[in-house]
Amino acid sequence: MAPVVVDELVKRYPKRPVNAVDGVSFHVERGEVFGLLGPNGAGKTTTVGVLTTRVRPTSGRGMVSGVDVVRDPVAARRRIGVVPQRSNLDRALSARQNLLFHAAYHGISAEMRRERAAALLAEFGLADRADDKVDFYSGGQSQRVMIARALMHEPDVLFLDEPTTGLDPQARLFVWDRIRDLRGRGVTMILTTHDMDEATQLCRRVGIMDRGKILALDTPDALTATVPGKNTLEVGIHSDGVDRPTFIELLAAVPGVERVEPVSQAPSGPLRLRLYVASDAPLMVAPVARVVSDAGGTLQELAIGKPSLEDVFIHLTGRALR
Amino acid sequence: MATVVAEPRVMHPSFLTVFVAILRRDITVTFREFPAFLAQVILQPLFMLFVFGRVLADLGFTRAGYAAQLFPGIVALTIAITGLQAVAFPLVIEFSFTKEIEDRLLAPIPTALVGLEKIVFAAIRSLIAGLVMFPVGFLVLGSIPFDLGRLWILVAFFILGSLAGGAMGLTLGTLTPFNRINIMFAIVLTPIIFTGCTQYPWPSLSKLPWFQVVTLFNPITYVSEGIRSALLPRGPHMPTWIAAALLIVALVGFSYVGITGFRRRAID
Repeated sequence: MAPVVVDELVKRYPKRPVNAVDGVSFHVERGEVFGLLGPNGAGKTTTVGVLTTRVRPTSGRGMVSGVDVVRDPVAARRRIGVVPQRSNLDRALSARQNLLFHAAYHGISAEMRRERAAALLAEFGLADRADDKVDFYSGGQSQRVMIARALMHEPDVLFLDEPTTGLDPQARLFVWDRIRDLRGRGVTMILTTHDMDEATQLCRRVGIMDRGKILALDTPDALTATVPGKNTLEVGIHSDGVDRPTFIELLAAVPGVERVEPVSQAPSGPLRLRLYVASDAPLMVAPVARVVSDAGGTLQELAIGKPSLEDVFIHLTGRALR
Repeated sequence: MATVVAEPRVMHPSFLTVFVAILRRDITVTFREFPAFLAQVILQPLFMLFVFGRVLADLGFTRAGYAAQLFPGIVALTIAITGLQAVAFPLVIEFSFTKEIEDRLLAPIPTALVGLEKIVFAAIRSLIAGLVMFPVGFLVLGSIPFDLGRLWILVAFFILGSLAGGAMGLTLGTLTPFNRINIMFAIVLTPIIFTGCTQYPWPSLSKLPWFQVVTLFNPITYVSEGIRSALLPRGPHMPTWIAAALLIVALVGFSYVGITGFRRRAID
């Protein structure tokens, strides 16, 4: 049986007009890193909350390692590790004590606790500060302590809720490397993120969530393949007083261009557009440039790109991720 | 390399093992800051004993023997308030701000037992605080009432009062939202300090019947009266069994409300 099975999950909070989670179903294979990608408020954290026994679903079912999380939350807790969005480390304790007590809560023997804590602290680059109170740790360090803590009882499934939100780039890369290590060792993981890079880099499959629903679910490659136009062309146009919607219309009419989307809505500065093209993007540069100059504009910026998960999200919802 | 394995191997600790581990965490944190804990516990009763039991007596404002009436009440107040504060204040912060409690909520144990642990831990702090009051009382007042033959009554009310204080703290802590913390404690703490028959024995309130009725709604009244009965059996006090019975009712009631509130805060 798949380590995580979610079936028609619904969570409705009292006095809210819409469901926070609205009929979500998916499963996660053993050893897979599964991502839930979506903007804040999409229902990712609530979904994870149900699977980690902290949120009671209105209806539907969540199973972790064959255990129904609603019927037997205690058994489910034995099998899961949770890394929350915000630090919830025990501030009265050092990093090492955080790990040791966590393992004690899970019934691991004193000798085994010490061994594992030492090994994980070393692996997460925390050995030299292990006995400092976590109150004084940076965001990145706290995040590493929380991941190490979640691994102390060797969970079947590891949940990472926005694991790198708010971290500086270096700390983010360190956390990504650790997640890749764990992936290499076959740890099953569910991670939520609103960062498409993170989802693309780490996840085998991604569920794109918005307003409580999973809109699409597949590998990042398969998802991006669904965006019309295999490639994109991003242009920045100095419009010289020409009406902006005119450019959008004209460019959409160029043969081979499937769709045109404004990238930024800034009233001043160049008009930035993303063009989804069916054929090879480089071949489209010349006709696009000609249309722009014929209309009286100047092409100031040009970039050729492949569609990203962000484009998939825009394609599905008509809105940007953030 | 750390020993993370792909093959699942699930630990099945007993609820007692997990409960004890959580209790051990709280005790570790308390005892590491033992002097701070003592200061927190001792200062208020010390000044109450000093001013009401010593200064007012020496100035002739109170009658002889008042200090002996006051002491059991102060012990009761210390027990109950220590227990209440050990849970209520930290719990509001843990749920709303530090989220520290989350790791314990994810321990393999029913959530109600994590709430119960809070009551038990508070009771341990209360018992220590209550015991410390004896040397403090002796130093401040010069002599304190004691009746060895009724030690078992004292022990019983120590335990019941400690647990009741913790249960009241759990109730208050789970019902108070973070942004109401200051006002809530001001509104609740001051009245319960002064309506708990700490500074006066309950039967003597017959001259002030309406207030005598008010004090019945404060569980600290039963702790005070019970400890008075244990330490000063010949002085005025509520019948011991009535105090015990009503204290048990309060303990069960507050435990139920507190643990229910705890579960509601813990699980969305």
